[in-house]
Amino acid sequence: MVPAGMKDFDEIGARIDAILVASNGALAAAAAAHADELLSLGEAILEAWVAARGEAPTDIKVEGFRLLALQRQGAHGEPSFNACRETCRELVYHHNLVRIDAAHADVGRRLRLGAMVARHLMLFVGGKLEVAGLGEFCCSAKPLRLQEARAQTTETV
Amino acid sequence: MSGKYKQVAYYPGCALEGTGHAYNRSTRELGKALGLDVVELKNWNCCGAMEVKNVDPKLQTYLSARNLSIAEAMGFDTVMAPCNGCYHNLKKAEYDLSHDAASREVTGRLSRKAGHKTYEAGKVTTIHALDWIKDAIGEDGLRARVKNSLNGLKVANYYGCMYTRPRHIFPEKDKGPGSESTSKPHFMDDLLAAAGAENVEFPLKTACCGGAHTLSDSDTSTKLVLNILTTAEACGADVIATECPTCHTGLEMHQVRAEKVLGRKTSIKILYFTQLLGMALGLSARKVGVQENLSDSSDLLRARGLG
Repeated sequence: MVPAGMKDFDEIGARIDAILVASNGALAAAAAAHADELLSLGEAILEAWVAARGEAPTDIKVEGFRLLALQRQGAHGEPSFNACRETCRELVYHHNLVRIDAAHADVGRRLRLGAMVARHLMLFVGGKLEVAGLGEFCCSAKPLRLQEARAQTTETV
Repeated sequence: MSGKYKQVAYYPGCALEGTGHAYNRSTRELGKALGLDVVELKNWNCCGAMEVKNVDPKLQTYLSARNLSIAEAMGFDTVMAPCNGCYHNLKKAEYDLSHDAASREVTGRLSRKAGHKTYEAGKVTTIHALDWIKDAIGEDGLRARVKNSLNGLKVANYYGCMYTRPRHIFPEKDKGPGSESTSKPHFMDDLLAAAGAENVEFPLKTACCGGAHTLSDSDTSTKLVLNILTTAEACGADVIATECPTCHTGLEMHQVRAEKVLGRKTSIKILYFTQLLGMALGLSARKVGVQENLSDSSDLLRARGLG
């Protein structure tokens, strides 16, 4: 499912789980690195989606983050993909929260919450990839089989 | 009380007559307790939810336009929809009828065929139940009416993904202080805080719950919901407050399924914000339909002296 060269979702999930079960001490000892890793895992998740649609994942940044650029790229022509827009922004927020004060007493919890957000992104994109081979499932998006729907539009009503 | 929205047209939608009945009941009871009237649309129809949209989006625009037309014919300029799906679809119809000539043409044709006046954009404003309470009563008004404070109750506010998306159909949002935010919604947080609740920082408040996966790919839905539940617990919440019947039912159903299928038990409770506010105003748990929820919160409510 995930193109060669990119992290497999199982591998991504394992990395996220490792952060979730790590002790506060272990997380605090390398807080900035963990925050960066979560961000790059998020990018890998979105790269898989973009690549599966036959596009080259972008290298540009939006608001300073490639993750947000990838999300925008992934949603192009696919409005339902915006259901993960705020999830990506939360991931960026948690990254910044840790990076701005890596020695904060609550850094372990902040990283775990960031990992839970990353996991949600993985589950969301995984579901998108799984359903109908890049198909549509979202109730808040363009219709399934849009072209057919357009062709049949209310002429038959 | 501002006097605004003292009486509004009420569009409950299909879910509130079925799995979301507790939301219907608690919305009506909350309104009564606050001195607000809701007048249900006569002979309303389904908003088309996701099914019609997937087959014929313009037919869906018509279905919502018909409901708006009924509100107008009943003399209302505001219709309140507590369900995120209905709210979204009414707002989307309003947008499409303003911006898309083909939508206007189809709606006009079907309205004539059905024998009712064609709805024209701009005649009726659609609001959510959150807007209704926030604008009609406000935090100060609510605070003054609280009889049973939610003090000490830690709440994760879950808005779901349709309350704020897509942004362009909600022109009133993101207008600065006092308006709702599409990236970080807060109206439910504001209202529950006014009733004494302690809102926890919850990073998945607008995340997808996999609602539309429920039938086609239940495992994905279960995993998404489980992540929402465990994240809310990790944030220290006792309760997830909801404002959408589909999200609410999804959270409840998949909480049970996560335990059965994945062996993952979570203990967080799930309640509609209207139930929590109703109990804060002194209504009984039964009055706001807590017994109709799948998620059994009776122990928690008893321990907190609520309901």
